[in-house]
Amino acid sequence: MRVQMKNAVAGLAVSSVLLGSGIALAGTMAPDAVRIEDMELSQPLTDTAGDPARGREVFAARKLGNCLACHANKDLSNELFHGDVGPSLDGVAGRWSPAQLRAIVVNSKTVLGEATVMPGFYSLDVGADVAEEFAGKTILSAQDVEDVVAYLTTLKQD
Amino acid sequence: MRKAIVFGAAALAIVGAGAASFAEPVNDELVIDGETKIITRAKAPEGSPFEEVTSGWLYRTKETRALEADSFENPGMLYVERGEEIWNMAAGAAGKSCAECHGDASESMKGVGAHYPKWNAEAGKPFNLELQINACREANMKAEPYKFDAPDQKALVTYIKNQSLGTPVAIDLDAGEMRAWWEKGKEAYYTRMGQLNLSCASCHEQNNGKYIRADHLSQGNTNGFPTYRLKQANMVSLHNRFRGCIRDTRAAQPKAFSDVLMALEVYVAWRGTGLSVETPAVRQ
Ligand code: HEC
Ligand code: HEC
Ligand code: HEC
Repeated sequence: MRVQMKNAVAGLAVSSVLLGSGIALAGTMAPDAVRIEDMELSQPLTDTAGDPARGREVFAARKLGNCLACHANKDLSNELFHGDVGPSLDGVAGRWSPAQLRAIVVNSKTVLGEATVMPGFYSLDVGADVAEEFAGKTILSAQDVEDVVAYLTTLKQD
Repeated sequence: MRKAIVFGAAALAIVGAGAASFAEPVNDELVIDGETKIITRAKAPEGSPFEEVTSGWLYRTKETRALEADSFENPGMLYVERGEEIWNMAAGAAGKSCAECHGDASESMKGVGAHYPKWNAEAGKPFNLELQINACREANMKAEPYKFDAPDQKALVTYIKNQSLGTPVAIDLDAGEMRAWWEKGKEAYYTRMGQLNLSCASCHEQNNGKYIRADHLSQGNTNGFPTYRLKQANMVSLHNRFRGCIRDTRAAQPKAFSDVLMALEVYVAWRGTGLSVETPAVRQ
């Protein structure tokens, strides 16, 4: 599992093949099995607790979370160019519970509304004509999501 | 504050992004070589989601804007020169040049590019300049049509469009079935696509004026095409740009000149009605 995780950081193509959705690894919730209720997803997607340090990397990596495309985040001020399509994520842990943060990252629409431009990172409810290399796959793996959520819960400072 | 960075391929230009607080398009006037006044803000056509349509030029840095304002500095002008050479060169089995039939392009092609895409009754669909040029090459010159993005195709289109520099974009939706194509283009524009589930409107309508990473989002107008892109150090055709934006949503890329991209070209050109042709525009 950990070896595969390293691959996921190295390249999305690899990560999608090994970890992308559909293929339910032992102890991993498949994307179509996820049930978000009342804007919350309290059950983790995997058995392995999220690693905030790795979540920070997934958050910044252009081929993984690429969250900085749309969000500013002071904790990553060493990275150039933070977008402002979405709100700054400084202090986001004080605004949402971990179960809500997981729901937002998994399928943003269930919390932020249908019209949001934020992608659902562990959802197969995607747009039209998905390119072949991404078809049937989620943007992030289940463990990527857990790691990102663990990282988000550390963002307490406004 | 964002740091300006220098791209190796385009060392002449400093391409940076302002801080989020500069997010609105700038208040600046574009006059090329101190002579040709360019309309970069125009009252939006009826039915537009905007009150004002704005040129992508207003969203670029001071340095990039300056390059477009001076035709000696504008790297795209080399393609205009190359286009003029091709215009005068005989090609194909008929041994004819464009100039033999069309004469001096500064007269015969003046204002023409501002009205493309245009209904072509014979083909039963809208033509852009690329398709019109290929039709002339095949029927009138007995020459092979250009392949998509062949350097000579980009140069000729750039040259012809440049004969409309300053002319406001105005396409004729009353001709043939242009309205049906416009509708189809509109539908495509608002369709969320790809694994990232974004439509053209997600970026260019809902979020224009904002930054997506280092990119200051414009309204995505077509009046500057083909444009010189500093990042690629090359001319970029409109369908190449469309395909790039679609690829960034992780959707399958339609073929250049396919019906869906032609419909998008009709619709998106209409959205920029009233803006001057800027070809060759300079973009980041
Ligand atoms: C394409 C742009 C885009 C990307 C990429 C994106 N988001 Fe968002 N996000 C938004 C927008 C926009 C909102 C605000 C809700 C709205 O207006 O729809 C938002 C809201 C949020 C919120 C709620 C913030 C609050 O304070 O209410 C969180 C948490 C969040 N995003 C996390 C992430 C994470 C983590 C990633 C990367 C894995 C990410 N986003 C990637 C656009 C994006
Ligand atoms: C043998 C004569 C001939 C040659 C050579 C020729 N054309 Fe044409 N071209 C025409 C005719 C006739 C029309 C108008 C009727 C039509 O659409 O076919 C036309 C139409 C056009 C138009 C559309 C003008 C408008 O008002 O919409 C463009 C642009 C054009 N040609 C470009 C070119 C280019 C570029 C070349 C060289 C690669 C070229 N032509 C070579 C005869 C020629
Ligand atoms: C993820 C966001 C995103 C989406 C979705 C998107 N674009 Fe873009 N587009 C950009 C960025 C970034 C640029 C470069 C900066 C700018 O001009 O906005 C750009 C530039 C353009 C330009 C060039 C504008 C100029 O002045 O040079 C056009 C035209 C364009 N896009 C059309 C489209 C169309 C049509 C679609 C839908 C098929 C689309 N875009 C979807 C992000 C996007």
